[in-house]
Amino acid sequence: MNLNRSIPDRSRDVSQPLEALGPDETLKADSNYLRGAISSGLLAEITAAVPGGGPKLMKFHGLYQQDNRDIRDERRRQKLEPAYAFMVRVRLPGGVCTPGQWLKLDELARTYGGVTLRLTTRQTFQLHGVLKQHLRPLIRGLREVLLDTKSACGDDARGVMCGVNSQLSALHGSVSAIARRASDHAIPKTGAYREIWYEEERQEVPRTEEPFYGGTYLPRKFKIGFAIPPSNDIDVYTQDLGLIAIASQGRLEGFNVVIGGSMGRTDRAPETYPRLADLIGFISADRVLPLIDAVMSVQRDYGDRVDRAHARFKYTIDEKGLDWIKAEIERRLGSFLDPPREFQFTSNSDAVGWATGEDGRFHYTLFVENGRIIDSGKRSLMEGLRMIARLHDGAFLLTPNQNLIIAGIAPHNRDVIEALLREHGLINSETASALRLNSMACVSLPTCGLAMAESERYLPTLLSKIEEILARHGLQTEPITLRMTGCPNGCSRPYNAEIGLTGRAPGKYNLYFGGGFHGQRLNKMYLENVGEASILTTLEDILGHFARTRLPGEHFGDFAIRAGYVPEVTEGRQFND
Amino acid sequence: MNVLEAPSSDLTHEQWELVVALVRSLNQAQLLWVSEYLAGRVQTPVSGTAPSRRLTILFGSETGNGAEIAASAADSARGIGLHPTVRDLADYKLRLLMEEEDLLFITSTHGEGDPPHTAEPFFEFLEGRKAPQLSGKRFAVVALGDSTYEKFCEAGRRLDRRLEELGASRLAARVDCDVDYEKNAAAAISQILAKLGPCSPGAGEPPLLPRLEAVVPSRTIFDKRHPFPAPVVDNVALTGRGSSKETRHIELSIAGSGMTFEPGDALGVAPANNPHLVESLLASAGFSPDAGVLIDGQPVRLHEALTSKLEIVRVTRRLLRFWADQSGISELGALCEEGQAELRAALLKENHVIDLLRRFPLRDLSAQSLVDNLRPLQPRLYSIASSAAFAPGEVHLTVAVVRYPLHGEPRHGVASAFLADAAPETSVPVFVQSNPHFRLPANDVPIVMIGAGTGIAPFRAFLQEREMRGASGKNWLFFGERHFRTDFLYQTEWQAHLHSGLLTRMNVAFSREGTTKTYAQHRLLEQARDLYAWLQDGCHIYVCGDAVGLTPGVHAALRCVLQQEGGLDLHAAEEHLTSLRSSRRYQIDAY
Repeated sequence: MNLNRSIPDRSRDVSQPLEALGPDETLKADSNYLRGAISSGLLAEITAAVPGGGPKLMKFHGLYQQDNRDIRDERRRQKLEPAYAFMVRVRLPGGVCTPGQWLKLDELARTYGGVTLRLTTRQTFQLHGVLKQHLRPLIRGLREVLLDTKSACGDDARGVMCGVNSQLSALHGSVSAIARRASDHAIPKTGAYREIWYEEERQEVPRTEEPFYGGTYLPRKFKIGFAIPPSNDIDVYTQDLGLIAIASQGRLEGFNVVIGGSMGRTDRAPETYPRLADLIGFISADRVLPLIDAVMSVQRDYGDRVDRAHARFKYTIDEKGLDWIKAEIERRLGSFLDPPREFQFTSNSDAVGWATGEDGRFHYTLFVENGRIIDSGKRSLMEGLRMIARLHDGAFLLTPNQNLIIAGIAPHNRDVIEALLREHGLINSETASALRLNSMACVSLPTCGLAMAESERYLPTLLSKIEEILARHGLQTEPITLRMTGCPNGCSRPYNAEIGLTGRAPGKYNLYFGGGFHGQRLNKMYLENVGEASILTTLEDILGHFARTRLPGEHFGDFAIRAGYVPEVTEGRQFND
Repeated sequence: MNVLEAPSSDLTHEQWELVVALVRSLNQAQLLWVSEYLAGRVQTPVSGTAPSRRLTILFGSETGNGAEIAASAADSARGIGLHPTVRDLADYKLRLLMEEEDLLFITSTHGEGDPPHTAEPFFEFLEGRKAPQLSGKRFAVVALGDSTYEKFCEAGRRLDRRLEELGASRLAARVDCDVDYEKNAAAAISQILAKLGPCSPGAGEPPLLPRLEAVVPSRTIFDKRHPFPAPVVDNVALTGRGSSKETRHIELSIAGSGMTFEPGDALGVAPANNPHLVESLLASAGFSPDAGVLIDGQPVRLHEALTSKLEIVRVTRRLLRFWADQSGISELGALCEEGQAELRAALLKENHVIDLLRRFPLRDLSAQSLVDNLRPLQPRLYSIASSAAFAPGEVHLTVAVVRYPLHGEPRHGVASAFLADAAPETSVPVFVQSNPHFRLPANDVPIVMIGAGTGIAPFRAFLQEREMRGASGKNWLFFGERHFRTDFLYQTEWQAHLHSGLLTRMNVAFSREGTTKTYAQHRLLEQARDLYAWLQDGCHIYVCGDAVGLTPGVHAALRCVLQQEGGLDLHAAEEHLTSLRSSRRYQIDAY
């Protein structure tokens, strides 16, 4: 251990008195471990919202207070409050869901969630438009199938991701089991959740309710994900703490460790930037939980608690230096990390359609545009999946690209399931371009409070127009990642896409090029604040150029840099240069 | 008002200034009262012989018509040398009844044959076992009603019957007046008064001074007969998307009209009929819009008559009888008989005037005979939803718009759709209708307000007024509607009032939200303990809303609160509520 380390600047972290820190720190500290006034707020009868600081605390319980922004102004004129409702995000480590859980979620969505489910970019379910009085029944419904919404949002360890490379059945099984343990380990331990949502009596605990977090939790959210090469579907470089599974002959040995990834930035704030995680070493599989504690505790103790826009782990690393952070992690771990092992990623997207696992079971990866599970017209996705869940004896895997794998299909069920897929109009991936299959959009309007422009509701239309361009240049089958968000926050991970679009104002987006095909490189802004016409003209030119002059096997993101459209970004801090 | 321009030569400057100051401070009702008072003062010393019997005019009034008729009856009485006393049944001391001699009753009827809410204690007393013998007293009853209701003029009938039972002798047969009462009420009253005259008509000396009312230039006073064209300032739906109702907030400008009002008052709206309906009527009957008809002896274009003079939606019993006679259709004739009320009501619900024209066309129907059998288009009253102190020069209304399909076409409530469709910058004919039985108490008195649907309107005015006055009394509001999301009328305003502390508490009931229907009265019961404490602290209770759905339920709930928290038995609780009513601590505005 290096004992001669410099003493870092601690003027903005948890060592300071609350008054010196941001207001959210006081809110957390005064919340009595996330209880606050949530219970009384649920009873407030003159509003559909939870008054006061309730909504911020409810995020730690996986609930976002939102309103229908489409009618916000109309209701203001009608002297009605905004149409408040809640987004409920389920905690589903690794995106693994049993058929029984699926059926319960389907039922809850039909009862409380507007008859639709949203698969997220972090492999879980969101229900939108849930009314305040329906929160308890919904959360209790989840409990019946051993699910909860703990720390699905909030300044804590968010939903833990895990690659869904289901063809490697045994390895996926081991890694996803670790992901689940990691999630259970890293979430808050307060009894607030049980008391508020299950209405259980408060139980006295010896010492403290939060031995790890303390009363102020983390400075910001903290994202953990496990990747299983050669797929980088979880975008491991965008995680605060990424773990890349290293196996030898199908047996898990341990994980390469990457730290400091994060997409989020703030509009017009050049001191904020997306950053990809740095590889710092290797850890054996049995040391994962102590590693998580070590890494999260460094962020807990040194993260910026004055300015929330500067509070993610990536900034702590860039302020204190990667070497210092790594050493601090090792000090807390009580041992050095091993040197990283060899590994290779080839893609961060999903291969849709049928696949066969090493155990002889089948998997069907269903393309779910923007993760939206809904019945519409000839495509009755929600009903079809309900039918399948009733007879399926494997699992449902939610992919980080918002798709769905019906995994571990018994051979005798394959034909039945294929028939159900056809019957409900769900086998559609043949007609979609490779670009569409590699696209993602966040939810955005009308429910997201941060949205500045459309995303989920607009991307399908935009893609149809881009598909005409692709057809003119013979690129329909060329996989290109395209990701759109309605604001600069980056929920659909736009900053390492080959084509990124982030909303600035209604109908206006920033356009980015040059991201790495398997998520290994940030992109760079090419056009700022432009509308659809400019986006399409630009894509027409550059995709045409790409089709004519690309090198064999060259990806579009690599081409955009080689052809000089954008410079290569090798470090987050260069993103805004 | 420019009433006060020319000082009377008979007054000193100081006296004139007092008159000016007084008149400026009065609202219309007060002005009327003062004018009568002065007229009485003037007449008393000059009348020749004192009348042998005293005349008392007692009125029960909910919308102000009764009060108006009583005032004009008093005028007429003074005109023939009588000295009547005019009293509102709302605050008439029951023990005085024994001392009366001649009584002229004027009362309206509401709901299912009920008297005005304010007159209920009097009716209970008179119809109860404690009622005194009234032999030696003489009486006459003028009953006001609406013949589209089944129990037409029922309150007046009850009074007429009961007074006779108690031994009083009838001066004249009861007079039943429909909504177009003005024509026959005046004539009937002069006939009744003629029988009372202690001296021959004209025996009274002419008054020395003109009555105050006479010096007021009539064109500056806007009233029922001379409504003010109020420009529409704002007209928005309060009910959100997906609501099963359409309730609108309408702001009118009365700036420059000189009209004044107090919280609790109503605004009369003189609507025009839906232009499409007028066209349909003309087309169905085959009449020319330019045909001339006579209304009250005045020639009018038929189109104009059907648009703004006559009620052309609902069929009255009179029109039905006319139709039965003219068509010779026995089915219609049978429905006109007594005892056919239910069948008749069912038919009239499904058949408006236009439907009679279409389903039972009359071969020889003339425009004049149709017009003769329609009743005058009546103004509608809406509780004012704003305070003049808070929004000077404006009147806000909360209007539930009635629209429904019938026989495959849209039908509309006359006034509500007229208002709902009134575009900004157009104007609506209005007048102020005083409602002295719905008044805020002193500033430091706590109030409990209970409203359902558009019954919330006067409470918006109350709170605005209390805010402007800086009133220290606590305010508790109960509100009921169907759906929280879409029907929470003025939600953000209540939230702001709660936030500022003006509104002390608010409880809401949304009847279509849960599995069981919850109404405002259920919330009262849930809050029984606190409500009782407020009552003990002297709070005033105000109820505004539907006379069928809300006010009886609230009444029962309040009785329950008194029984449960005050340990009163049923009878005592009811008596307590009655005494709250008579001490004006429990006021009802029902419709």
